Amino acid sequence: MNENIKNITSTPLLQVKGLCKYFPVFSKGFFKKQIGVVKASDNINFNLVTGETLGLVGESGSGKTTTGRAILRAITPTAGEVILNYKNELIDLTKISHKKLKQLRPFMQMIFQDPFSSLNPRMTVQDIIAEPLVIHKMAKGSVLEDRVIQIMKKVGLKPEHKSRYPHAFSGGQRQRIGIARALIMNPALIVCDEAVSALDVSVQAQVINLLSDLQQEFGLTYIFIAHDLSVVKHICDRVAVMYAGKIVELAKTNEIFENPLHPYTKALLSAIPSPDPDKPMNMNISGEVADPGNLPPGCAFAPRCEFCVQQCEQQIPKLKHLADDRYVACHRSWNVEDSP
Amino acid sequence: MLEKNKNLLDIKKLKVSFFTEEGEIRAVNNVNFSIPNGKIMAVVGESGCGKSVTAYSILRLIQKPGKIMDGEIIFHPADDKPLDILKLGEKSDELYKIRGGKISMIFQEPMTALSPVHTIGNQICEAILIHQDVTKIEARKNAADMLAKVGIPNAKNRLDHYPFEMSGGMRQRVVIAMAMVCHPQLLIADEPTTALDVTIQAQILKLMKDLQKDLNMSILLITHNLGVVAQVADEVAVMYLGRIVERSDVRTIMKNPRHPYTIGLLKSLPSLSMEKTELPSIKGSVPSLTDIPNGCPFHPRCPYYKPKVCDAGNPPDLNAVDDNHDVACFRTSQIQNEIAGKERCRL
Repeated sequence: MNENIKNITSTPLLQVKGLCKYFPVFSKGFFKKQIGVVKASDNINFNLVTGETLGLVGESGSGKTTTGRAILRAITPTAGEVILNYKNELIDLTKISHKKLKQLRPFMQMIFQDPFSSLNPRMTVQDIIAEPLVIHKMAKGSVLEDRVIQIMKKVGLKPEHKSRYPHAFSGGQRQRIGIARALIMNPALIVCDEAVSALDVSVQAQVINLLSDLQQEFGLTYIFIAHDLSVVKHICDRVAVMYAGKIVELAKTNEIFENPLHPYTKALLSAIPSPDPDKPMNMNISGEVADPGNLPPGCAFAPRCEFCVQQCEQQIPKLKHLADDRYVACHRSWNVEDSP
Repeated sequence: MLEKNKNLLDIKKLKVSFFTEEGEIRAVNNVNFSIPNGKIMAVVGESGCGKSVTAYSILRLIQKPGKIMDGEIIFHPADDKPLDILKLGEKSDELYKIRGGKISMIFQEPMTALSPVHTIGNQICEAILIHQDVTKIEARKNAADMLAKVGIPNAKNRLDHYPFEMSGGMRQRVVIAMAMVCHPQLLIADEPTTALDVTIQAQILKLMKDLQKDLNMSILLITHNLGVVAQVADEVAVMYLGRIVERSDVRTIMKNPRHPYTIGLLKSLPSLSMEKTELPSIKGSVPSLTDIPNGCPFHPRCPYYKPKVCDAGNPPDLNAVDDNHDVACFRTSQIQNEIAGKERCRL
């Protein structure tokens, strides 16, 4: 799969340029004056090539979900461009009309976190999976039914269960329904928003395997939003680490895990409890996750960072391009590496 | 005088059922284990395995339609005679003294565990005033001391804050302070870090470990996260469909598991050191508790399943395979030979 990526880097499937989503904050009282903004995602830049999986990781409030939704224009971004390569035509998703957007929807789909609340309990599995095709008037009658059965088999659901309701399925099976619903449109891009977080360990592994099998079979491109770094390591080609609405580090997966440059990435990696009791947690991060509504003037991570100097408190670090496909937003990333 | 027991709590043959429209659901079925003094005991399992119901039974928090059907929960307080918690009256003074006093509990979701309409100071003082003979001023001072101990800066002023003014990690610290303020001998922690971010989770786990050492109490940790177990626990019990399938010390469970379920669970963890390959997984999914398979409950998912051995009769008992290592499996020794054989083939 990695070989393919190198060949087609010339035309990325998706280019995200300076994407921002700010939410206004209003004052209390009758007039509701706007008193500020929450920069939920701020100046996000990355490219995505066909067949690649990009991980977006971060803690709650880091803006990973907002970024994912803004890319699909499920919420309208405040600024920036999202350029999609749709059949060799470059389209900026942030500027097109809703009518045009609807035509593009089948091309990009989303899988949601909670398989319990993302499926309508009053619809049968067959109706849930078929609904996108019905909405887009792409199939009906026996063609539609055949397509549903075909896709149910693909994701490992038994076609004879098609007239059951979601409550009759376990968490893992429900997530398969969610995947089937996204897949039936033959999308090129799927945003998986914490797609395996709500599942039990033994089932989580099955769903991860299913997602990677489907990727190879259909050449899918994933944006994989997660907070669990070990899952990300398993499925992603590249990882973007987010903190307080910004990407702080972007690199190939093995580089992120073997040689993290940003102090936050390091802290995040050291905080994962290892299943090996002989490898104790060695966590050197204190304090709370930054509040995106009330950020410090400089680097958002500075108050928790052990390498913080005066520059960090005053100046917001830019995402610097260091080497091939390696970006980091830290004033001291090179110095940090030298220190013991 | 009183002989000091090495266990703080002995759970014997605990059975808890829920009576629903679909019939009797045996959420906990014949569970035996002990919580040693001054140790952290972890109960792990996937959703629906009965780990929380076991924990709730210790404080008699099982409500209708649930009922504790059978068993004993013997509590050996450090300063008193042993007593069977299940024999106490529903509204007896003894039970109230234990609940929140000698045994206390922290819950998963720190937002719902705290009252939104009372200041955290009032909520912590409430526990102190119920269980200790102190004045309100002393209670307030104790509460502030405890808040400082769990790492809340500026604790005295924080007493007058409401839960919504605090972050998730802070709230969980408050919940821990509330549980610890009466110096319990046993702390039951039901998924204490599941709702928290990893960096906060690591802080809270460290805090719990430090407090446990300082105050020399026991902790019963309920979790589904095997990483948390490995980092924090001393003893581990693995549950599946209302039964304990394996029990040992943490090192044995993590490094030398013998039950196929434990083996599968550990293998299916995506680890940081692993290469990007197909993840080994346990086939199928956890069956519904209304429909527990015959014989060994794990047999439909087990890679070492043998017809007529595993799928008939009563579920396997928890048998000792080693010192302080119990496994509930019909084919323990055969499976070990099979695994050893496979290893040899690979070499």
